Amino acid sequence: MSRISRAEVERIAHLARLRLEPAEADEARRRLEAILDYVAQLEAVDTRGVQATTSVIPLATPTRDDVPGELLAPEVAVANAPSARGSAFTVPRVLDDEAEG
Amino acid sequence: MSEPLETVGELAARLAAGATSARALVERSFERLDALDPALHAFLFTRREAALAEADASDARRARGERRSPLDGIPVALKDNIVQAGEPASCASRILAGYVSPFDATVVARLRAAGAVIVGRTNLDEFAMGSSTENSCAGPTRNPWDPSRSPGGSSGGSAAAVAAGIVPAAFGSDTGGSIRQPAALCGVVGMKPTYGRVSRFGLIAFASSLDQIGPFARTAADCALLLEAIAGHDPHDSTSLPEPAPDFSRALTGDVSGLTLGVLREADDQSGMTPGVHARVSEAVAELERAGAKVREVSLPHTRFGIAAYYLIATAEASSNLARYDGVRYGRRAADGAGGITALYERTRAEGFGAEVKRRILLGTYVLSAGYYDAYYRKAQQVRTLLRRDFDAAFEACDAIVLPTTPEAAFRLGEKSSDPLALYLADVFTVSANLAGLPGVSIPCGLDAGLPVGFQILGRPLEDATVLRIADAYQRRTEHHLARPPR
Repeated sequence: MSRISRAEVERIAHLARLRLEPAEADEARRRLEAILDYVAQLEAVDTRGVQATTSVIPLATPTRDDVPGELLAPEVAVANAPSARGSAFTVPRVLDDEAEG
Repeated sequence: MSEPLETVGELAARLAAGATSARALVERSFERLDALDPALHAFLFTRREAALAEADASDARRARGERRSPLDGIPVALKDNIVQAGEPASCASRILAGYVSPFDATVVARLRAAGAVIVGRTNLDEFAMGSSTENSCAGPTRNPWDPSRSPGGSSGGSAAAVAAGIVPAAFGSDTGGSIRQPAALCGVVGMKPTYGRVSRFGLIAFASSLDQIGPFARTAADCALLLEAIAGHDPHDSTSLPEPAPDFSRALTGDVSGLTLGVLREADDQSGMTPGVHARVSEAVAELERAGAKVREVSLPHTRFGIAAYYLIATAEASSNLARYDGVRYGRRAADGAGGITALYERTRAEGFGAEVKRRILLGTYVLSAGYYDAYYRKAQQVRTLLRRDFDAAFEACDAIVLPTTPEAAFRLGEKSSDPLALYLADVFTVSANLAGLPGVSIPCGLDAGLPVGFQILGRPLEDATVLRIADAYQRRTEHHLARPPR
């Protein structure tokens, strides 16, 4: 029985915003299957009642005074943009996009 | 060609004595780089003119009787995932082609304030995802000990640059062993500090709960100097620890009597270690025992699940961290085509990421997706808790745990690249320290068939100084760290 189907790989690739060629999707399915087979060993570990570790350090969020400071200037912030106009990033059409995506 | 650069400590002493200049050191560094790097490919970017100007500024300070720190005028290299203002940072990925950082990583700001001279940026596996430096879009780095072999990874360029004597010190990042493993395979010292000890601000994120910046050098004493320069709290990184960084150099007493070292019980060792690695590591333990350390067995039963837990947690975090590469704000963008912004994202990421990065993003997206979160991601985090408890219990019985850094010496380029899982298993001894947030150092402990073997020392959280003290005591008694690649 396979752990992950080709259709599932395509669904995940879309969630990750990665376009896969058909051959890439086949290869990805085969590799993911091998890794999922390997990590299945964790099923044998008894974790009932065990807290999950999300971080090894205490997760109390530190706070600080809200003091104005130097930030990236807008022109610096867009300096690396592949496409920018003034201090704005330019992108293709966004509205209605999800309907086709 | 000039001689390999000496240790940071030796160079600092020669600078202080007026026996050399920062300019001479940077010139020697580039002389070796020019001669060796076309074959090694340790560097992705260099900054010759800027480095020489900074060296001159350091020499001018010295002429005025000023010294910012022991690192003032010392040439160093940075892994190409630690950003420096005005310099490229590619992470060896096509998707960051052309990117120039507008700011300094905190580590870089501190190094510059200390007077260190950054000569260039070193090769890595793309986004630090790999253990061989073969996943670089610019091609692999070669091991100075044998150019047909990998330097390890992902910080393979930094390890190779120090091993080849191009720089006396370099910096890398360690998410699952990416400093310690290449240090072992290249015969140099590499340290992963306690999680939170060094700011991650300006380290391009792979897996945020595991990533940590650390130094490469030839000696533990140098690592202490380098860690002093970069450690400490940073308001820009809320996971950086508030505890002030101690004087690591002062902790290097050369004395390990009174310390207890834990060695893994055979049953816990399921690694496929080669006989040569086993022999060298056993000899290193015996040497520390002769130096007065006590040795006792400890058990870490959940470390055998470490690799599985690590790959689930690291890929989950990576899939989230790498969502930012969308072709909008920086880096490479696919040509405009049919479809709106979603199609642009998909094409940009398909063209920009390499195969291993895509594989990990897919795995991470899968384990975080509805219906699989509890089975994979949460399960892995629970196993992480059990593994931390193993270490807590072990550290009741010992002050440090000693073990090999890798199961085998440097492997051939291409040997493992067809099977990602085989390469993942090379991290079997290193991932646990990341999962538990512990400090760990790898030091050279001799050769196996002419190739370096790494001896790893893990300590309690925030006991970086103890780990360095043991490593330094070993190096005072042995000469393995003096061995150089055969050319």
